[in-house]
Amino acid sequence: MESQHDHTGIRIGMWLFLYTEIILFGGLFVLYAVYFHNYPREFSAGGKELNRLIGSFNTIILLVSSCTVAASITAIRQASKKLCLLLLAASFLCGAIFLVNKYFEWGHKIAHDIYPNSPTLTGGPHGKNIFFGLYYVITGLHGLHVIIGMTLLGLSFLFVFNDKITARSFALLENSGLYWHLVDLIWIFVFPLFYLIL
Amino acid sequence: MDSAIQHITPYKTLGLILVALLVLTGITVGVSYLDLGVFNVPITLAIASAKATLVLLFFMHLKYEGRAIKFSFIGTICFLAIMISFTFWDVAFR
Amino acid sequence: MAFSPQKKSFAIKDPTISMTTTPSFYETPSPPELVGIKAWLLTHDHKRLGLMYLWAILFWFVIGLTIGLLIRVELMTIGRTIMSAAVYNSAFTLHGVIMIFLFVIPVIPAIFGNFFLPIQLGTDDVFFPRLNLLSWYLYMFGGLLAILSLFTAGGFPDTGWTFYVPFSIGTKHNVPLTVFAAFILGMSSMLTGLNFITTVHRKRSPAMGWMQIPLFTWSLYATAWVQLLATPVISITLLLVIIERFFNIGLFDPDKGGDPILYQHLFWMYSHPAVYVMILPGMGVISEIIPTFSRKAIFGYRAIVFSSMGIAIAGSLVWAHHMFVSGMSDTAVFVFSLLTFLVAIPSAIKVFSWVSTLYKASIEMTPPLLYALVFIYLFSVGGLTGLVLGAAGPDIHVHDTHFVVAHFHFTMFGGTGFAFFAALHYWWPKMFGVMYDFRRAYIAATLATVGFMFHYVPMFILGLKGMPRRSYDFLPQFSQGNGLAAVGGILLFSGIILMLINLMLSFRKNRIIAAANPWGGCTLEWTIPSPPPLHNFTKEPHIKEYPYDFSDIPDSPQKT
Repeated sequence: MESQHDHTGIRIGMWLFLYTEIILFGGLFVLYAVYFHNYPREFSAGGKELNRLIGSFNTIILLVSSCTVAASITAIRQASKKLCLLLLAASFLCGAIFLVNKYFEWGHKIAHDIYPNSPTLTGGPHGKNIFFGLYYVITGLHGLHVIIGMTLLGLSFLFVFNDKITARSFALLENSGLYWHLVDLIWIFVFPLFYLIL
Repeated sequence: MDSAIQHITPYKTLGLILVALLVLTGITVGVSYLDLGVFNVPITLAIASAKATLVLLFFMHLKYEGRAIKFSFIGTICFLAIMISFTFWDVAFR
Repeated sequence: MAFSPQKKSFAIKDPTISMTTTPSFYETPSPPELVGIKAWLLTHDHKRLGLMYLWAILFWFVIGLTIGLLIRVELMTIGRTIMSAAVYNSAFTLHGVIMIFLFVIPVIPAIFGNFFLPIQLGTDDVFFPRLNLLSWYLYMFGGLLAILSLFTAGGFPDTGWTFYVPFSIGTKHNVPLTVFAAFILGMSSMLTGLNFITTVHRKRSPAMGWMQIPLFTWSLYATAWVQLLATPVISITLLLVIIERFFNIGLFDPDKGGDPILYQHLFWMYSHPAVYVMILPGMGVISEIIPTFSRKAIFGYRAIVFSSMGIAIAGSLVWAHHMFVSGMSDTAVFVFSLLTFLVAIPSAIKVFSWVSTLYKASIEMTPPLLYALVFIYLFSVGGLTGLVLGAAGPDIHVHDTHFVVAHFHFTMFGGTGFAFFAALHYWWPKMFGVMYDFRRAYIAATLATVGFMFHYVPMFILGLKGMPRRSYDFLPQFSQGNGLAAVGGILLFSGIILMLINLMLSFRKNRIIAAANPWGGCTLEWTIPSPPPLHNFTKEPHIKEYPYDFSDIPDSPQKT
């Protein structure tokens, strides 16, 4: 495959893929926008029920991991393999912490009888049901993307370790990084939309 | 455009961007405790967009990409904006 | 006009094209170590993948066509004719799902796009050959899931291909699996689009500027953007249907605060642009065929390029014109109706350009040209009746009637379907190196066209008189129209089957070998042997200053 050496082309392909991910979440943001318009008060009340501190903490974790992934690319390109591995491991760990936090957050909500089709939600105000319905769908889909992103980071880690990703050929790492940044990017919007809406 | 001359972002830049992102996160969380009436949502979204822009430009190297990626990215965002705004021709006037 | 359209003259080998002993791609597997069936199933060669798509898509086309015929036979008489109402509901859903997701959307990009886009760009393959193979597997997997959903958990959905909520969430039929199949097929289409865009940007021959790209490839490029940006919307919408069925969140359920109309918004946000995914490549095919058989540069090359992009953009702004009677706001009805009229402009530019190309040309009648001319007529009728539907007032009268069915089939079948037939006849000699029989091709085309008119024109009238679509039974005043449509349907069906048989017969023992450039075409695929060698070009392709410059085409009938 000659085209393997055309890094720009590979990046264009990856960006095109990212656009599809943006629009995929975009469909959910359409729903969010409309329902926020329909139920501003219930959304605001729902937002107050979510833990702002855990949300902020998760935001910081993802931002840091984004930075370490970007730094890992700088590292591999300057041929410092060890630093690159370290940075990738740190990013992977951040992803794991994010998921653990989410697990506790969801568990806490479910314990309070707030989950799809729960009696509290179906019996309560409509807006609240929709708010938490969207919360589960969007953060769930985002969580799935975190898992996929972590898989890619793990794969990149292995490839760097085996010297299949080097200072000259790092397309996989670069694309995994782009994917991970996208996960971060989505969260940058999900966080205020669910946790900070007054 | 060749990978050999492609931009390498120095650690210092990455660190500065991270600091800026964390500061913006702090501001947006802080703002959420204040009641600014109708301004809360626009301010929050503006800060989120600013953060997203920083991630895109520096972490994702969008600043150093060619025209194809830059324009197509803007096109995608325009399409997303149309998806949301045109739906409001219906929802906002019911 | 000394030229006589006999098949023999198309088979004469053109001495100006060097007939080297380069083996064709059939004899050269890629990767080279593969043999036998693996040479196909694991291939990276865009041409082999195009052919694999061809056979798979033809299979689904014949199935969908047969189901369509059965539906019309059922509607031939009042009451039960051949199937029960429940089977009928699943049948029209199956017809829709197969024809939309497994036939019309992939047909031209996946078959002819894969085969000819790299050649027209003067390169050896698409940018991501392995991803291309993955797209094919996703397509096959999606089709397999669709078959599976026929026989599992409640049988094939009875919702119609639109899967509208709340019915799609409530019905006992196997909606989740079918919807998941559509999701997978969407991914296949998206990845094909991704591949084409990257190929156009990065693998185009360095000598070829943007305004030197052939129009078929231009239309695929515009299509690819729509595939890429619109398909994720249907992905998430279909996922939401699955999520709703399993978790009952109520995002579209008014009892739980949801809004069912939002489902329709999301659905049409994809599915309206998707009709341009279906028609744009067809228009691209016509833009190749018309100049070739007119022996004349296409009229308004730039106008056609920009109208392709214009259709892609304007087509994304008009989705809610499918929802005029859904209960959405009057403001939205007004805005979307107005915007809909905008799409007519770029479509009309193309039709006028094709007709102007034919004007004062030395036209040479061949089967592909006949199909292309039928396309222009049928598509124009489809487009103009679309304006009736796009105008909010008349739409309320004919909404959900057979008028819509007729309009839709005029554009999708008369448009994309006939463009597909035209493309088959145009590129058949290039893909297989054999020529088909012209006489049978003409008979088949005539039969199909006459059948088409008798099939769908009565439906316009039925619709105006108020016969609803998708209904199992009808009132006595609609008998005549439905009877006529059934007869037309049988004619149409036999015409298409005859066409396919004729094409298959081109493989028989005493086959007619096709020349490298049997039509006197001037895009790059006609400068290489038929069938092409593995890497398409044995020597550096010569890129013309203007892609439709016929001045140096040796086989041109004016010179013979």
